[in-house]
Amino acid sequence: MTVGVLALQGDFAAHARVLEELGADVREVRVPADLDGLDGLVMPGGESTTMTLGIEREGLAEPLRAFAASGAPVFGTCAGLIMLDREHLQIMDITARRNAFGRQVRSFEADLEFPDIEGPPVRAVFIRAPWIEDAGPGVEILADVDGHPVAAREGHLFVIAFHPELSDDTRLHARFLEDVRSHVGRS
Amino acid sequence: MRDEATFRVKVGLAEMLKGGVIMDVVNADEAKIAEDAGASAVMALERVPADIRRDGGVARMSDPAMIKGIQEAVTIPVMAKARIGHFAEAQVLESLQVDFIDESEVLTPADHAHHIDKWAFKIPFVCGATNLGEALRRIGEGACMIRSKGEAGTGDIVEAVRHLREITGAIRRLTMLDEAELFVAAKELQAPYDLVRKTAQEGTLPVPMFCAGGIATPADASLVMQLGAQAVFVGSGIFKSEDPATRARAIVEATTHYADPARVAAASEGLGQAMQSLEARKLDDTELLAGRGW
Repeated sequence: MTVGVLALQGDFAAHARVLEELGADVREVRVPADLDGLDGLVMPGGESTTMTLGIEREGLAEPLRAFAASGAPVFGTCAGLIMLDREHLQIMDITARRNAFGRQVRSFEADLEFPDIEGPPVRAVFIRAPWIEDAGPGVEILADVDGHPVAAREGHLFVIAFHPELSDDTRLHARFLEDVRSHVGRS
Repeated sequence: MRDEATFRVKVGLAEMLKGGVIMDVVNADEAKIAEDAGASAVMALERVPADIRRDGGVARMSDPAMIKGIQEAVTIPVMAKARIGHFAEAQVLESLQVDFIDESEVLTPADHAHHIDKWAFKIPFVCGATNLGEALRRIGEGACMIRSKGEAGTGDIVEAVRHLREITGAIRRLTMLDEAELFVAAKELQAPYDLVRKTAQEGTLPVPMFCAGGIATPADASLVMQLGAQAVFVGSGIFKSEDPATRARAIVEATTHYADPARVAAASEGLGQAMQSLEARKLDDTELLAGRGW
């Protein structure tokens, strides 16, 4: 099971570390050829404008859309959530609002209840985070902060506005890897 | 219940800036050029280091109106510099809600003994360091990111390399020490024992380490990334060069592909003249900025 982490900019190394701890083989993705043969993909946090320009420069937009269309699980966190929305890669039927909670001084951590995560609440670290401003009918909202959706699922696409890779809680990555495993089992 | 400004939240922004390029800008137009070229953040300051060096005099925090103009012009994080020890400048920057404060040796120090108590702020701080002891003292004071100092405003990479190697080499040596030896190491490094021990155990600094001071080309960015920097600051190197937008894009590309020489080569083509440079070794001791900080 090989999972890619988009490595144009951002905290991709932190994601890679968690995924490796959970037993996945990890490949950093910088050019289209890096997507070949991957069973799943993580779109990490970082700066969404930097990532948008990087995707353009590398010609990654179409290959990323094709990868998602193949049914392979994709997990977007923070800037990764923004990348997947209608105004960027148009992979997911959501519209993100960038820096929705404000500048860094308004960044925060909080406990979040997740419907399909067992045990105590997830400790969520939000860094200049977006929220989901609008979502289509096929999108299931999984968690919110003060009524603003910050986690959602649309089939094999899973997005959250915060950073599980910065906490010690690996349950969301494990949940994503379950999707990857069942995708590998099917194909 | 939201917890703001925890250490994890403050270091979190530094984590998000990894693999990117933070560019010095002196006005909103430059900030926009930097953002459009792929900068992961901008550093708002009144004069780039090369001009501070040329003009002499006391270099201070920037005009708040200029910082606000830059905040309005871009959506990427905006950093700004305060003088070493000048906590009132830092308070002003915090009230402006800049995203990161650089307690910087590029500005003229305001205190010859004390750095700012950075734990007292909700905004994260980055500080320069020339060696591991200095880096850990800054982290002890609450810094959430360390940047190797290099020699700002020269376009000469040699000091940045020296400082990176000092820090990473010292960390490697720490990892081989036994528990008893770590107490002595803390004494010799003049750094807090708990941070020395944590660094020895993990084999890395407890916060992200970026590189600054002298980066002028895509190959410079590749060099410092291969030496262990997790992102780069470019000061005078972009807007003091012949074609800032092209050079900015090239350095962003080389930072992403730092381990791929063919991509660094492609990024290095046809950039025009680099900034006018100074050889750091030929500078007088009194002209060196890296010695500021205690």
